[in-house]
Amino acid sequence: MTLQELLPRGKGFRYNFAFVDEGVKKEVRRALLKAVALPGHQVPFASPELPIARGWGTGGLQVTMSIIGPNDVLKIIDQGCDGSVNAVNLRKLLVATTGVRTTFDSREATVLQSRHRLPEIPLRADQIAVLQVPLPEPLRLVEPSEVETRRMHSEGDYARMWVSLYEDIVRNGSISLTSGYPCRVNETYIMSPSPLPRWDLPLLHDAEHLTLLGAGREKRVYAVPPHTSVRPLEFDDMPFAVEDFSGMICARCGSSGTFLDEIYDEKSGEPSRVCSDSGFCDLVLQGAIPRRGRRAHG
Amino acid sequence: MGYVAVQGGVTAIESSQKLNRYLRLRGESAPLSVNQIMDQMGPLVDRVMGEGGLYSPFHAALAIKQASGDPIEAAFLLRAYRATLRRLVDSLPVRTEEMRILRRISSAFKTIPGGQVLGSTSDYEQRILDFSLAEETVETQREAVREFEAGLGDHGEPLSPGHFRKVVDMLRDQGLVPPVPPRSDAPPTDVTQESATFPLDRSGRLQMLARAETGGVLALAYSSMRGYGSIHPTVGELRVGRVRVQIPHPWRKGRAVTLGSAAITEVEIVASFHRSEGEAKPTFSLGYGSCFGHNEVKAISLGVLDRAMRSPTPGAPAEDHEFVLLHTDGVESSGFCSHFKLPHYVTFQADLDRLRTQRGVEE
Repeated sequence: MTLQELLPRGKGFRYNFAFVDEGVKKEVRRALLKAVALPGHQVPFASPELPIARGWGTGGLQVTMSIIGPNDVLKIIDQGCDGSVNAVNLRKLLVATTGVRTTFDSREATVLQSRHRLPEIPLRADQIAVLQVPLPEPLRLVEPSEVETRRMHSEGDYARMWVSLYEDIVRNGSISLTSGYPCRVNETYIMSPSPLPRWDLPLLHDAEHLTLLGAGREKRVYAVPPHTSVRPLEFDDMPFAVEDFSGMICARCGSSGTFLDEIYDEKSGEPSRVCSDSGFCDLVLQGAIPRRGRRAHG
Repeated sequence: MGYVAVQGGVTAIESSQKLNRYLRLRGESAPLSVNQIMDQMGPLVDRVMGEGGLYSPFHAALAIKQASGDPIEAAFLLRAYRATLRRLVDSLPVRTEEMRILRRISSAFKTIPGGQVLGSTSDYEQRILDFSLAEETVETQREAVREFEAGLGDHGEPLSPGHFRKVVDMLRDQGLVPPVPPRSDAPPTDVTQESATFPLDRSGRLQMLARAETGGVLALAYSSMRGYGSIHPTVGELRVGRVRVQIPHPWRKGRAVTLGSAAITEVEIVASFHRSEGEAKPTFSLGYGSCFGHNEVKAISLGVLDRAMRSPTPGAPAEDHEFVLLHTDGVESSGFCSHFKLPHYVTFQADLDRLRTQRGVEE
């Protein structure tokens, strides 16, 4: 099989497999190898412009473009949903430039690109999660300068982060950070886990799968390899807690124990809850998997 | 397919694109040709080439057409296209002292060797709406061109290189500005090939500035001009013209091959004087700005920011490398700004959960 045979053909098609050229892919792969070797460490990369706007998933996209092959099966979600407009748009670009098969069933995917969520069904060792990251620097919270935050990471100087969490508790009674909650990875670097909700953090810890995180505008990639510890920052007497959906069920599939979005009826304005992971919800409705009756974790 | 899609993800995108196209075309005026944009919207084409980081008037004009005239969107289209082009070779440093001048002014001296060349500028035009332009026809256009060319006489050619020296070099001869720093043999930073890390060297800084969004650099330079870390700038020299673009000869060592020329704007700012470390006497400080095409506001802003960022005692926002360079890229800032329109249901749900927890409200 030659590379030429792998290229999708079509009228007016003049781009490389997976859009970016092989030089770009090589550079991203080198950065990813380093990222995997140093879990949670942010590795700079060139991040050329893509036909998708900065801040709309260009980091994740470049990671996917660099690792995807013609036999991969791709799932792209945005906020948990396959049908969200941005997911549709990114999928269109990747399908047009690779011709790979796509799926909405997370169990079938070999590469899963996501914004702000992991699927409710834990990923396996033969799957890779690619997360789109808007703001990769967890220390930005306490320090605006990049020079300074890089120094803090290299020296493991996280005192100001801890102090800010402590002050938050003093002021607000608990830690106010919501999505993108800072985690200690491999007991070394503090990492911003994309803006995943707290709910998804247990899915990163000691996972079977590899997670690659890409921030296009900020030009950083980082990674959580399989079986790596990911510990949300917490105090002994103030433990980390995920979002509380107790007593709520999904209005579509009847599951509880999933991350539930709050929706309001377009006519009556009545609130209800539905699974944020639309693929999971659909599988339950189709009878392919049992309804979830309790918290999966946390 | 998830329920958001049931509400029309795929169809909605397609319909929205059709609507875009329809809104551009429904007026039924004659289609705007790419040539028209290249010919009649020069400053816009130049601006998009600069911010798009690709010197190609045709592609910039096409991007402007596609973006319905939105410069930030057009620069974005151009950058995305640029990223697909193969990088063949690094060009040799452009020798701006050999520029073929279309315009050249100095605000530092009334007369300068070689003279001031006003060239094309709207600086001294009264900004009064010219209603006759609404009546312009092919005939009036031809007549105006013919009339102008007939009156040209011998002045039609750009001033050749070698006519005069740079104003800053005159000051340098008198020891009033610092000597040219020794030339480094290290390859310049290339921000398109690696992510900028700070502190960023000057080649990287000037490069990021050259691709920065005009309005963004203007705002930050203006903050410096108004007093947030003022550097008391004077435009030592502003030049607009064409420079030769050369690459090393592929096999004849030391020779160069000329590929063509590019129009650029170059500004040298002479700013407040101070005594550099190890120097006995004070000198003026310098700021440098250059960008593709004819864009004077941008080039002056770049010169001011370049100087501000080398302040010996930085304090103001315009003097902070990271603040200036990470916030003035139009493609990045506009992309991130508009990303807030994406769904944030999950992150907002997480916010709601936390707020309710902290309010102690039972649901």
